[in-house]
Amino acid sequence: MDWKGRDVISVRDFSKEDIEFVLKVAERLETELNEKGSLDYAKGKILATLFFEPSTRTRLSFESAMHRLGGSVIGFSSAASTSVKKGESLADTIKTVEQYSDVIVMRHPMEGAARLAAEVAEIPVINAGDGSNQHPTQTLLDLYTIKRAFGKIDGLTIGLLGDLKYGRTVHSLAEALAFYDVELYLISPELLRMPKHIIEELREKGVKVHETTDLEGAIPELDVLYVTRIQRERFPDEQEYLKVKGSYQVNCSVLKNAKETLKVMHPLPRVDEIHPEVDKTEHALYFRQVFSGVPVRMALLGLTLGVLEGV
Amino acid sequence: MAELKVTAIKEGTVIDHIPAGKGLKVIEILRLNRPNGGVLLLASNVHSGKLGRKDIVKVEGRFLSEEEVNKIALIAPTATVNIVRDYKVSEKFKVEVPDEITGILRCANPNCVSNHEYTVSKFYVVSREPLKVRCHYCERTMEGDEILRNL
Ligand SMILES: Nc1ncnc2c1ncn2[C@@H]1O[C@H](COP(=O)(O)OP(=O)(O)OP(=O)(O)O)[C@@H](O)[C@H]1O
Ligand SMILES: [Mg+2]
Ligand SMILES: [Zn+2]
Repeated sequence: MDWKGRDVISVRDFSKEDIEFVLKVAERLETELNEKGSLDYAKGKILATLFFEPSTRTRLSFESAMHRLGGSVIGFSSAASTSVKKGESLADTIKTVEQYSDVIVMRHPMEGAARLAAEVAEIPVINAGDGSNQHPTQTLLDLYTIKRAFGKIDGLTIGLLGDLKYGRTVHSLAEALAFYDVELYLISPELLRMPKHIIEELREKGVKVHETTDLEGAIPELDVLYVTRIQRERFPDEQEYLKVKGSYQVNCSVLKNAKETLKVMHPLPRVDEIHPEVDKTEHALYFRQVFSGVPVRMALLGLTLGVLEGV
Repeated sequence: MAELKVTAIKEGTVIDHIPAGKGLKVIEILRLNRPNGGVLLLASNVHSGKLGRKDIVKVEGRFLSEEEVNKIALIAPTATVNIVRDYKVSEKFKVEVPDEITGILRCANPNCVSNHEYTVSKFYVVSREPLKVRCHYCERTMEGDEILRNL
């Protein structure tokens, strides 16, 4: 598959073959990295990380991935210190940065910014979040984590919990899971149900979808429980919010009827939607999920740079 | 036939069955009002069997292609286009909503990059009945009135 020069902007641009290919390359890189300690595929290549909006995890994991591939990194982690403050256009910033680098990773507060950057740049652009729109590398690392934990994605029953109405992470993940033969439990308060059009799309693609407000009722069915945060701002009053928050906290008591093999995931940062007592159980997969960010981003950097011949 | 007499053109394009009141917008979208262009005629609020009232736009010396004319499909889905040669209608076609709409629609999402940086707007048609489009940049969809308000 020819990935050299390709942009990674939206899950919508991916076919199932694309996804499978990235996951396979990530797995090979992870194995090789474990054997050798460090790699040199991207030696002499420079990654520019343009974070117009702060992020710890995503930026650090991209930087770590580039270093582990033997490349180097330049960039900024807030727009405040750049010419953007002087009114420079995004297009000009991108055209400038590409003179200094071989691949761009960008996070921007506006929806569509990564698409625009990719149109302007000759070098590949990887979207690390554009406003509330897309965060495709998160979706890929979520899929990778599931695949590594179960050896497959097909045949699994997956619960998505939390803010399913506004959460871009769960929307993208659900859309990507639709490529697979999975059963989905959409678990959320009434107010934060998954948008109808996404559910319709999932059903059209043959996904068996159950909508429920009852977390404990769904638990015994699940192989994976993907937890996301419910934000205070979504609720008209404090009372309602507290009620919902209480009934969706994942703790050992909620998990008592779970399959022994159930894995709990979370895109992090978490606040109190997963109790720390879950961390030391076999169910906790969220730190492993954080780790997955590195091989997946190594794969994407290496593929778009075109330096992974032989992997 | 009185209407035809005063507004007959020899060679050009007649856009008929435009919803009443949208004729000017059609002229604007298709940029028919060029300084050195041919005669341009707009008839507004003409009686029509099908529409009650309609607008008609006639432009001399220009033969609009189907592709060009499809740009008006969003505001004038009922329009028919007549190519006139030697005073006679030589070709007739209906406008069709194209697969992609570039440059004429604004994205309704205030946080879309297309509303802040220099871009040519672009939308993909997700469904025609009812009309639904997706922004190339922010990926949000727009339908119905929201589309008309942003033309
Ligand atoms: N030479 C011309 N100059 C200007 N307008 C013309 C000319 N010939 C036709 N038209 C206009 O073009 C439109 C289409 O003409 P046509 O003779 O096909 O009418 P029609 O049979 O009513 O068509 P339709 O079924 O599309 O309504 C009418 O609005 C008519 O007035
Ligand atoms: Mg007629
Ligand atoms: Zn948009």
